[in-house]
Amino acid sequence: MRPVYALSGGVSKFAKARPDKTFQLIVKEAYDYALADIGLDFPTFGRLVDGSVASYFSDHFLRQLKAGAMVQDYLGLCPKPSHRVEGGGATGGLCFQEAWKSIASGHMDVCLAYGWEMMSHVETWKGNEFIALASDVSWDYPVGGFYTGYYAIMVTRHMKEYGTTVEQMAHVSVKNHINAYYNPYAQKRDRFTIEDVRSSPMVAWPLTRLDICVMSDGAAVTILASEEGLARLEAAGAKIPRPLVCVTGIGRGTDAMRMADRPHLDYETFMREYATVQEKSSDETGRYYKRLWDHGTRYPGVHSFRAGRTAGNMAYKHAEINDPLNELDFIELHDAYTSSEVQTYEDLGLCRYGEGGPFAASGKAFMPGIDYGLKLPAKPVCAVNPSGGLIACGHPVGATGLMQAVFAIWQLQGTLAKHFGDGALQVENARRGAIHSHAGTGTYVTVSILEREG
Amino acid sequence: MAKLPRQRPETLGGYVVHGVPFPVETDAESLAFLKRMAPIQIEQEYKITYLHSYGQDSPWFAAAANRRLLATHSAASGYTYATPRAHDMASGEETEWVDITERTACIHAFTVCHFGSEEFLPETPFVLALIEFEGVNTLFLTRLMGVDPHAASLDWIGMRVEPRFMRNSKLKPTDVYFTPVEE
Repeated sequence: MRPVYALSGGVSKFAKARPDKTFQLIVKEAYDYALADIGLDFPTFGRLVDGSVASYFSDHFLRQLKAGAMVQDYLGLCPKPSHRVEGGGATGGLCFQEAWKSIASGHMDVCLAYGWEMMSHVETWKGNEFIALASDVSWDYPVGGFYTGYYAIMVTRHMKEYGTTVEQMAHVSVKNHINAYYNPYAQKRDRFTIEDVRSSPMVAWPLTRLDICVMSDGAAVTILASEEGLARLEAAGAKIPRPLVCVTGIGRGTDAMRMADRPHLDYETFMREYATVQEKSSDETGRYYKRLWDHGTRYPGVHSFRAGRTAGNMAYKHAEINDPLNELDFIELHDAYTSSEVQTYEDLGLCRYGEGGPFAASGKAFMPGIDYGLKLPAKPVCAVNPSGGLIACGHPVGATGLMQAVFAIWQLQGTLAKHFGDGALQVENARRGAIHSHAGTGTYVTVSILEREG
Repeated sequence: MAKLPRQRPETLGGYVVHGVPFPVETDAESLAFLKRMAPIQIEQEYKITYLHSYGQDSPWFAAAANRRLLATHSAASGYTYATPRAHDMASGEETEWVDITERTACIHAFTVCHFGSEEFLPETPFVLALIEFEGVNTLFLTRLMGVDPHAASLDWIGMRVEPRFMRNSKLKPTDVYFTPVEE
């Protein structure tokens, strides 16, 4: 595999509804931005790019099959190669990794990853029905298919198992909404308190409306290239900022479609196959987990995402990361629910399983220098969802994972202030970050590591 | 206390409009103005009836229609699947049907849905639960009755429950549901 650089990106404004344009034009908004940012025009980049990968989740929302082909021709990229990827909520993360593969393998030198979702063409509860069709339609959907319900089930088990509280989860909502206050791309830019989160309407106990991301219309694109591709673009006049941003780690994992089918593994299997490098190297952590298992915990059950742990471990090994909390400067992770951000802290090894709740309320995942109106016992260590995440930015499914990549590129370039018109969310001296994309009830998860060179 | 809703719910539907605003003349100035038009949005209906097959899982539905709860068991791995699988996940070997109607069962995890997908909105609030069974390795997603949806509590986890069956089978997984065992 050869080095892959993430050179540029663009994000359309995420909004509840964008009836002003069809999806091709919303992708073009993000595409035009990514091209303008490196100083190339439409015909020049169209001539230099080798191909593309299209990312969108649902054929139901637009009632349009083969929509990828319609973006490909609108962007003037025919007859260059392209394919569509689909993997639920992880579609964008999978798309980014497919573009990475195209470059890393030597198949392409410049690859465009574009993604979108237009969720406003049906009403919210019909949209929830479409999303719930991403659960087994023989066994799960007919019982009362509803993704917020599924996540609520998982978190009641997490609460019972580990003592996680709704107030700890609400910290995630407060953090992500207030971060988004400084992000002009975000759909929701509000200041909320823990009390606001808890008193907003109950959707699926214990998750309230402010524990949950919203449906969106939006698009995002990223441009990936090899060294040869970079030289080709620069020879044509592209202005690529230095230091470059390199993709240094790729990981993916999966789990059973039905939550009910997830295994409940013993302590030895967990420690052997799923513990992080850091966890394996600590006798104290070994004893901590032994106590959990003696108390009845089994892994992953429905309270943890084995796919996320697998993806994280794989990406960390690839990028040579042993202590993710201290070796990553920020993470953009898939917080479709506050509960899933808490669960993902554990999967990604920012804390141990069982410690996600206290970690959420500790302040370690918050941005320095921003007033959250909370008393946080610890200093910020690794900003999680500095952009505001899905909860505040919105979640136009096929665009989401690519939006994370764009924000990560800007963080590592140190150009966030230019793109946001405000530097409040720029992680100081950001050197290495992770993006995490998650599907279903944890069926597909991707983790990609991006690093600033030098 | 929960905040009261401040917005009326939005629905589609409305009047049929005849006559669409458009410039009377198609001179250059009028055509240029078209770029400033608000978008036209129309309703498109899409209905379809699928002939869905339960395939190898069909005996489970036949059993539920006859007030029995089936699972599958793998002799190769010793694993029992509460939501049936025709083949074992570890060995790939075919499984056998077993009857778990009388097994001790309890709530593993649950939620109360106050909203839901459009199809299920009229049934809210309803309780979804994953059930664990003695000697069974996987769980079963079901509706829980006999608990107050407005008094949800983590204490429900671990509560002993038992299956009940719809008298009029709909050949759906909801032909069985669970209620707390009365002491």
